[in-house]
Amino acid sequence: MGLTISEKIFRDHSNEKVVAGDFTVADIDIAMAHDGTAPLAIDNFEDMGGKKVWDPSKIVLILDHLSPSPHTSASIVHKQMREFARKYKIQNFFDIGSGVCHQILPEKGFINTGNLVVGADSHTCTHGALGAFSTGIGSTDMAAVFYSGKLWFRVPETFRIEVSGKLHPFVLAKDLILHIIGQIRADGATYKAVEFCGETVKGFDIASRMTLCNMAVEMGAKTGLVSPDKKTLDYLENRVPSSGKVVENDPDAEFEETFNFEVDDLSPQIAYPPFVDNVRPIEEYEGTDVDQIFLGSCTNGRLEDLQIAAKILDGKKIHEDVRMIVMPASRDIYLRTIKDGLAEIFLNAGCCINNPGCGPCVGGHAGILAPGEVCLSTTNRNFEGRMGEKGQIYLGSPATAAATALKGVIADPRELEA
Amino acid sequence: MSKTHIKGKVWKFGDDINTDIIIWGKYKYSILDLKELSKHAMEAISPGFAEKISSGDIIVAGKNFGCGSSREHAPLVLKYAGVGAVVAKFFARIFYRNAFAVGLPVIECPELFDKSKEGDEFEIDLEKGVILNLNNNESFKIKPMPSFLLDILKEGSLVEHFKKHGGF
Repeated sequence: MGLTISEKIFRDHSNEKVVAGDFTVADIDIAMAHDGTAPLAIDNFEDMGGKKVWDPSKIVLILDHLSPSPHTSASIVHKQMREFARKYKIQNFFDIGSGVCHQILPEKGFINTGNLVVGADSHTCTHGALGAFSTGIGSTDMAAVFYSGKLWFRVPETFRIEVSGKLHPFVLAKDLILHIIGQIRADGATYKAVEFCGETVKGFDIASRMTLCNMAVEMGAKTGLVSPDKKTLDYLENRVPSSGKVVENDPDAEFEETFNFEVDDLSPQIAYPPFVDNVRPIEEYEGTDVDQIFLGSCTNGRLEDLQIAAKILDGKKIHEDVRMIVMPASRDIYLRTIKDGLAEIFLNAGCCINNPGCGPCVGGHAGILAPGEVCLSTTNRNFEGRMGEKGQIYLGSPATAAATALKGVIADPRELEA
Repeated sequence: MSKTHIKGKVWKFGDDINTDIIIWGKYKYSILDLKELSKHAMEAISPGFAEKISSGDIIVAGKNFGCGSSREHAPLVLKYAGVGAVVAKFFARIFYRNAFAVGLPVIECPELFDKSKEGDEFEIDLEKGVILNLNNNESFKIKPMPSFLLDILKEGSLVEHFKKHGGF
């Protein structure tokens, strides 16, 4: 019987002939922690008796959740992380303003095809977009990785999501993944590796594939995956130090389930509060009052996301009843936003541009809602209170965000063309 | 009773028992002592749960046990409250990992839910991979756990395991 991408990557990293369902201890290529999760990992690492980390060059520490620090307790955490990085000679330390962890890892060449990546953050599944196996873990697990470079895993079964058809230019990968989550539901892919395939996914750029994989965890998945192709290798060229192993499914690999989606007529999708799998076509929510629009995050803060929003906002002003926050996902993206004139479009439209980071997505700072306020957000979670106590979050695409900013109510970007 | 050999009464819960049901978010920030915090385990749907159970008792639940937050408090309070093991149809992934990290035995056994009732006396042998209902002698096979996971449970937690062995 043939093997899946996940089974092959776990075999390569454990030297055991594992198949889906087996437990194994595997070698980690890259381990990432941020200011939300590193402190407990550091405490547990020291409690374990750690005197040196397994490989300083394979650990990446990033200050993105509260960046720059809005209060003393975050400042203390940041200080602890800077000191930890210095003490253990971890050079891959990204201080405030560098960007969101899930943009920095691929952009700076830490992710390669065939890699096994762990991050102390649930959206670590993003990096499967580059043909790596990448998954989120807890802080104590991360302490074990800091210490030994190894972690135990259960090799997951694979769900295949095959997508065919051509999306409308203003219907994006975000709309597709929301639609998929609405169908498979929040726990429908628990434990599974979810591989996105089919002509539509093949046609997607890397940013769109990252948006798909980023939200795989919202249906319970252990990772999202896209089989590497020329686009993957082009993205990695000049980023990674050396070429990785291209791992693909065997022709007779066994998949637990295959789901087919046809997207020619897909509308922009909205996930209404307070659960990510509350997904409906935008037609059912058009006209809903909104107070704030947020464009950014590890889901939709990439250059391509900002470009499509800027295209819609070009030469126009956002509605007087709303405010719009734009956060490029990294410093490099921020620079391009300035160089390419996108920043000017956003500022002339009346948007507020924040420094790269997670910002209001996790409700820590930089755009918190008042009780009862509504945000149309390009982020990945709309749970009760996430962006501020009793605030309501509707999830949508960057195009929907821009259209909504212009109209002041939830609006369908396809209608702007006329 | 060792950590891999568990005997106790069954307490049944349904599907999607989230981390806020296991321990209300409001306590996570206000009570820092785990023993104290564990007195509020499952309080949201079963007030007084921590007082009613005996050490080693077993939670039997439906699907997606432990969904929600990735913080490690949820498995910790169950362990400190005296829960010997949680058997569910399946677990939310990060809760499952965190349970091993803090030394709480968690077992997937989809058919058990419909074949058990509250108050049944169960015996679980993790090394042999068997759950035995002592009330009717019905037994259920579970996938044997690999030895490194059994070792982590025996030693109490991943931190203790690393302290002792310096690795897996």
